[in-house]
Amino acid sequence: MKIKEHKSTLTLLLILFLNIVIIALYQNFYPLEEPNLKLEELRIKYLTDKPKSVDHTKFAALQKDFKSPQEVTKTCISCHTERHTEVMESSHWNWERVDYVEGKGLKGVGKKNVLNNYCIGVAGNEMACASCHTGLGMASVKDFDFKKPENVDCLSCHASTGAYEKSKTQGGFPANTVNLSAAALTVGKPTIDNCGNCHFYSGGGNNVKHGDLEEALFNADRKLDIHLAKDGINMTCVDCHQAPNHQIKGRLYSVSSNNVSRAYCEDCHTTTPHMDEMLNTHTAKVACQTCHIPTYAKANPTKMTWKWSEAGHLDEKGNPITLNDTEGEHVYMSIKGTFTWGKNLKPEYVWFNGKADHYFLGDRIDTTKLPVKINELLGSHDDPESKIIPVKVHRGDQIYDSKNLMLIQPKLYSPAKGDSAFWKDFDWKTAAEKGMKDVNLPFSGEYGFIPTEMYWPVNHMVSKANESLQCADCHTPKDGRLAQLTGFYLPGRDRNSLLDNLGLIMIFGALFGVVAHASMRTVAYLKDEKEHEMPKYEGFDKD
Amino acid sequence: MKRIKMYKLFERVWHWSQSMLILFLAVTGFEVHNSISIFGFEKAVQFHRIASYLFLILIAFAIFWHFTTDEWRQYIPTFKNLKAQIRYYGYGMFKNEPHPVHKTRWQKLNPLQILTYLGFKVLIVPVMVVSGLLYLFHKTINANNVVIIQNFSLESIALWHTFGAFILVAFVIVHVYMTTTGNTATSNIKAMITGYEEIEDEHKPKESKKVEEVK
Repeated sequence: MKIKEHKSTLTLLLILFLNIVIIALYQNFYPLEEPNLKLEELRIKYLTDKPKSVDHTKFAALQKDFKSPQEVTKTCISCHTERHTEVMESSHWNWERVDYVEGKGLKGVGKKNVLNNYCIGVAGNEMACASCHTGLGMASVKDFDFKKPENVDCLSCHASTGAYEKSKTQGGFPANTVNLSAAALTVGKPTIDNCGNCHFYSGGGNNVKHGDLEEALFNADRKLDIHLAKDGINMTCVDCHQAPNHQIKGRLYSVSSNNVSRAYCEDCHTTTPHMDEMLNTHTAKVACQTCHIPTYAKANPTKMTWKWSEAGHLDEKGNPITLNDTEGEHVYMSIKGTFTWGKNLKPEYVWFNGKADHYFLGDRIDTTKLPVKINELLGSHDDPESKIIPVKVHRGDQIYDSKNLMLIQPKLYSPAKGDSAFWKDFDWKTAAEKGMKDVNLPFSGEYGFIPTEMYWPVNHMVSKANESLQCADCHTPKDGRLAQLTGFYLPGRDRNSLLDNLGLIMIFGALFGVVAHASMRTVAYLKDEKEHEMPKYEGFDKD
Repeated sequence: MKRIKMYKLFERVWHWSQSMLILFLAVTGFEVHNSISIFGFEKAVQFHRIASYLFLILIAFAIFWHFTTDEWRQYIPTFKNLKAQIRYYGYGMFKNEPHPVHKTRWQKLNPLQILTYLGFKVLIVPVMVVSGLLYLFHKTINANNVVIIQNFSLESIALWHTFGAFILVAFVIVHVYMTTTGNTATSNIKAMITGYEEIEDEHKPKESKKVEEVK
């Protein structure tokens, strides 16, 4: 084969190659702005208002002077004849649902039998706690009739803002100020107010429990939450948490165990929402929230720690005290203990496969594994179902039976002194005894305080795309967001120190060899120069 | 001495583009490895990926060229004169001994070069390309059930790729130094730029440099 025959061909190919290089570099530095069509489609979908098909104010059945909330419910049922049965199958009504818990089998899981490390549990405190139950008149979970349709509180979710409100202390009954007849005419699709009135105040105050669900979301801007933003797409809770047959999509893992009926970002955004293939690859192992919720509790603080062990200190007159911080949040309460709060927080990160374990009332504590995990999010890198998710971890300590090794459900609330309630009598022992008796569990008489942890997946307060995490937030050797997550190779964070040392030895070995060889050549060259020295001047005449 | 054309245009452009790409890949690659910091992790990854595609194209051209021009025959390994060559680098060249192997148009590599470059072509580059492609397309099962490469852990892939990178850096250091061991310190580099090289007439032992100058 003659080289010359190929010369022109190869030159042409080379020119082509160089052109590709130039185009590639140009594309890289000045990329074309391509619209993300998937996102535009969603924007159009949610910006289009759908007209209401029904106006309840025109219904004759509702033109009534309602005397009791049950009467309202019966009227609802008179048209929506079977809808109450759906509600009565939901966890909003039952406060539990049957889940399979790993290692524990099928179990009813919910507020009835799991604890938390805030106000500990609902048992014995229902008069207050039931203000967030879609039922009417639950004075105690044990005695409540979960089969009575008229106790379904339709208005709590379907009456519009301001028209209806539950009392904080009457076991789920509406406040006395509510005009039921007016409220009944406002019914419709639940708004953010219906959901927020309970979910933003879980734990007894704004943003106490979740950290990513709070009253600032009622009037969110695009900076706080891209979806609920009033100056943006202005979505509402049920746009994502859809509720066919009153079974609401989305799970809260303080009271759930199974990987079913979850609400995913991917439901709308698909698993390939980015214009960048590299980012789309990440969706296999990284939940959307991880990058797109860089901080939570963006507007108001959320509770981060709670030490029950400090509770009970009274002032010199024997009265309970309350101390506030500069933001007006409680930092000490005699009835509850010490708290710390946090705002604009970086979440912690865990592997999560949608399944969770819980501390159930009556479970034994493994004192070798502290802190006690009130709920444990399951998952690992090697599990294909698992993704990295952001979580709020609420840490604290709480009362336990140091002999029986059981967390204690103490009796906390009572309207008056002398009923063993800790918030009135400040006696842990009697509160523990009464509380455990109420849930039919033994109490040895000996108690202490044990550190506990609770995991709250962070799913809301999604930031604008350009405010999401950047590559180097995780792909960095020190103090990256995922510094705590081990068991897998993260480029930019991880390295094999043995290989790195070997590589350095190789590189410095090569450099050393080169320098040594060059020096020897120099020495040889100089020696050579000397041997070939020219004759000196003085000998010139004699020649 | 006579001046002959030693490196064809393609060969030279290939050589220099390859060297540029390897250097650029090394810089961006070691940034991804977090040994240095120039572009930032994100840009480093992007650049490394683009450069890797360019490198793959270049390799395809080079393979085509080697086989269509018979140049691949330059890399047939031989052990003849290997010892002499090693002795030359380790001893002879300090004594101004002549190069043990005569360089010609169709034998431009000495036995040590042949082994080194053959190793580069059939070991180092394939390790880098294969581990690089696995790295590039490394995926696990996602919700779309897209599985491309799942059975190799990213860690093992990354380790092989980093290992190859260290060898390449060491190779470049030694390779650049060895270019100074020609007739003069820069004669080899000049030849790789211009394509032309002065070589001795055959069967004539090399005289010492000093004598040459006097002549």
